[in-house]
Amino acid sequence: MSTAPKTIPISIYTPASQLTEPGRLFRGMLRDMVISRELAWRLLVRNISSRYRHTLFGYVWAFLPPIMTAGVFVFLQKAGYFTVGQTQVPYAVFVLAGLILWQAFADAVHAPLRLVQQSHAMLTKVNFPRESLILAGVGEVLFASLIRLVLLVLALFWFGVGVQWTAVWFPFGMLALIGMGIALGLLITPVAILYHDVGQALPFALYLWMFLTPVIYPAPTAWPGSLLVVLNPVSPVLDTTRDWLFSGSAQFLTGFFAVCGLTVLALLAGWLLYRLALPILIERMSA
Amino acid sequence: MAEAPVVQVEQVSKKFCRRLRYSLWYGLTDLAAELTGSNGKDELQLRQAEFLAVDDVSFEIRPGECIGLIGHNGAGKSTLLKMLNGLIRPDKGRITMRGRVGALIELGAGFSPVLTGRENIYINGAVLGFSKQEIDAKFDEIVDFAELHDAIDAPVQTYSSGMYVRLGFAVAAQLNPDIFLIDEILAVGDVAFRMKCFKHLLDSKRAGKTIVVVSHNMIDINRVCDRVVVMERGRKIYDSDVSAGIATYEKVLSTRRHASDQRAADAAAWIDKVELFDAVGNRREDYQTGEDLVAEVTLAAKREVGNARLIVHVMNPSLGTLGSFASPHKGFAFDIEPPITALRFRMPKLPLLIGSYSLMVSLYGSGIKDFLHGMTDAATFKIIAPAVNTFGYGVCHTVNFEHDWELVNLQTETKLRVSQSR
Repeated sequence: MSTAPKTIPISIYTPASQLTEPGRLFRGMLRDMVISRELAWRLLVRNISSRYRHTLFGYVWAFLPPIMTAGVFVFLQKAGYFTVGQTQVPYAVFVLAGLILWQAFADAVHAPLRLVQQSHAMLTKVNFPRESLILAGVGEVLFASLIRLVLLVLALFWFGVGVQWTAVWFPFGMLALIGMGIALGLLITPVAILYHDVGQALPFALYLWMFLTPVIYPAPTAWPGSLLVVLNPVSPVLDTTRDWLFSGSAQFLTGFFAVCGLTVLALLAGWLLYRLALPILIERMSA
Repeated sequence: MAEAPVVQVEQVSKKFCRRLRYSLWYGLTDLAAELTGSNGKDELQLRQAEFLAVDDVSFEIRPGECIGLIGHNGAGKSTLLKMLNGLIRPDKGRITMRGRVGALIELGAGFSPVLTGRENIYINGAVLGFSKQEIDAKFDEIVDFAELHDAIDAPVQTYSSGMYVRLGFAVAAQLNPDIFLIDEILAVGDVAFRMKCFKHLLDSKRAGKTIVVVSHNMIDINRVCDRVVVMERGRKIYDSDVSAGIATYEKVLSTRRHASDQRAADAAAWIDKVELFDAVGNRREDYQTGEDLVAEVTLAAKREVGNARLIVHVMNPSLGTLGSFASPHKGFAFDIEPPITALRFRMPKLPLLIGSYSLMVSLYGSGIKDFLHGMTDAATFKIIAPAVNTFGYGVCHTVNFEHDWELVNLQTETKLRVSQSR
C-alpha cells in the first residue's frame, strides 16, 4: 500500500450483471479471497476477544451450553422419559459428541448471516474484501468447536471411554459439517438480509432439524426411521463422524462422501451468490 | 496530450426507493436479474415508488484536482460517492476510476467498543487494507497524530466522541491512495484537530492526490477545493469555479426553503414585487463586495394606507437573518395610494462577502400590529467577488467589517493611559 505499483489499477462500474464477465468475476473472487486473510484474522480476533472481554466467566460460556444441554438429555434418558437404542459408549458421552458436532453445523449456518448483519455499517461505508467476513465466520465456528472438543476429551477421560484409531478422521468429518453449514448459510444470506423472516425462523428450524438428525439418539436403520438418514444430508455426515470416534466402522460412508461432494459444490455456489448479491444488498441496507 | 482523467463519470443514474416494502421486493428481483445475467440490458425504467437519486450525471476529474461535491441533503452526493467507491453499482452509465481509491467516509470502521484503542488501531487498519507490519511501523505516528498517548490502552467506549474520531482519522490518515473520497468527516473534532486534518488534506493535495470532498460546510469546501460540482435533486446543476458554485448552492438552498407569503385578511395593501438594481440603474443579481444595491418596491393597494412602514431583513440561507432595518429609522414616512405606489431604498457599499443573500420584506401600517403583508425571498442576490481567503490571510465568512491596523508605541501610550486613568 505504501509503495506505488507500476500498473495503475482501473476499476470500472457499470450496471451490467457481473456474470456477463465471468473472467473478471472469478479473478476478483480469487484475488479478494487471498487478500482477505489478514482482515479476516483481525475480525476473528476482534469478535472473539470482544465477546468475552465483558464477561466474568469468559470462555466458560463456550463450554456451558453443550454441558447443560447434554445434562438435560442424560437426565431425561436416565429418568426414563425417553429411551434410545443401545449406544456403544455411555449415553452421556454419546450425546455430548452428537451435540458438539451438531452445534458446529448450526453455528456455521448462522455465521455468514450474523457476520454480514454485524458488519452492516462497515459494508455500507467501506470497500473491503467481502470474503473476509466469511473467513472470519469460519474461524469463529472453528474456535468454538475446538473449545468444545477440549470438553469432549475431558468427558472421555472422565467416563474412561477409549476412542478408535479411526478417530484420526474425526477432524475431517467436523470440517465437512462446518462446510455444509457455511454453504447453507451463504445460500440463505441474500434473502435473509432482505427479509428478516428467514432470520426469525432460523433458530426454530435448526432446533426442529436437530431432532430429525441422529444427535441425541443413534441413527435408526429400520423403515421409516431410516428416512431420517436418507433424506437429511446432515445425518450421514454427523453419524459417520461420531462412528469414527466410537465404533471404528461407519455405516453411512457412501452417504458421507456423496454429501461431501455436494458440499463442495454448494460452497462454491454460495460464495458466488454472496459475491453477486452483496452490492444489491448494500443498496437496500442503506435504504 | 492531456492527461487521462482519473475519475470518469459518464451519464450515471441510480434508482432509489424509500418505501421499504417495495425496496425489499425490488432487491429480490434485482438479485434474480443479476443471477440470470439480465441486469443492465434493458433501458432504465422506474418502478412504482422509485425515483432517481442520481440522474444522468457526468463529469471528469483530472489528476491532482480537488473537487467539492455540494448540494442539500438528499441531492444524491453520498449515493454518487458510494458508486465512486464501488459499494453500489450504477443503474445506468459507467464509472471509471484510474488508481487506488481510499475512502475517508466512515472513521473508525470496525471499531469494537469494548476493545482498547491499541487493538482497534489494528482492526481499523486491516479494514482499510493495511498489513500488521505496516501498522506496526506506523503505530507511534498514529498515536501521536491522534494525541491519545494516555488513553491508548483504554477501551474505546470510554473515549469522548472527539477522541474516537481523532483515532479514526489518525489511522485513515496513513492511507496513501491515488484518489481520496471524503464525506463530511472534517465536521468533527475540535478546532485544533480540524486544522490538523486540513493540513493533512492539503499536504495530500500538494502530493498530487486527486480528492473528492462532500461537505455542507462551504468554508471547508472553499479552503480545499479547486472546483465544485453542485447537485440538486440528483442532477448536476453546476460544475466549475468554487466561489460561484457555492453561491449557486446557497441560492438553491434558499429557493428550497418554503417561500412563504403571508398576507393579512382583507389587506388594504400588499407588496407586488421587489426588484434589484445597481448604482447606475441596471437590473442585476450578481454584485461585488462594496458595491451599491438599489431595491425598488412596488406596492399595490385597494385602499389608502397612511403612514405605512416597510421592514427589510437581509438573510443568508445558511445563517438566517443577518440584520434588518425599517423605513421609519431614517425618518422616511410614506402613504400608500391605490392602485400602485413605488418606493426605493439604497444599500450603499454592501458589507457582504461571497455568498447568496435574500431580502425578506414586510409591510405594516402605522400601528405596531398593523401587519399587511410579508414576503420571504422577495428578492435574491449573490456576491460573487472578490475572493475570500480561507487560510487566515484575508477576509472570510459573511460580513466585510471595516477595520484598520496600527502598531502601538508601548512606551508613550501606556504612560498616557496611566496618567488619564488617575
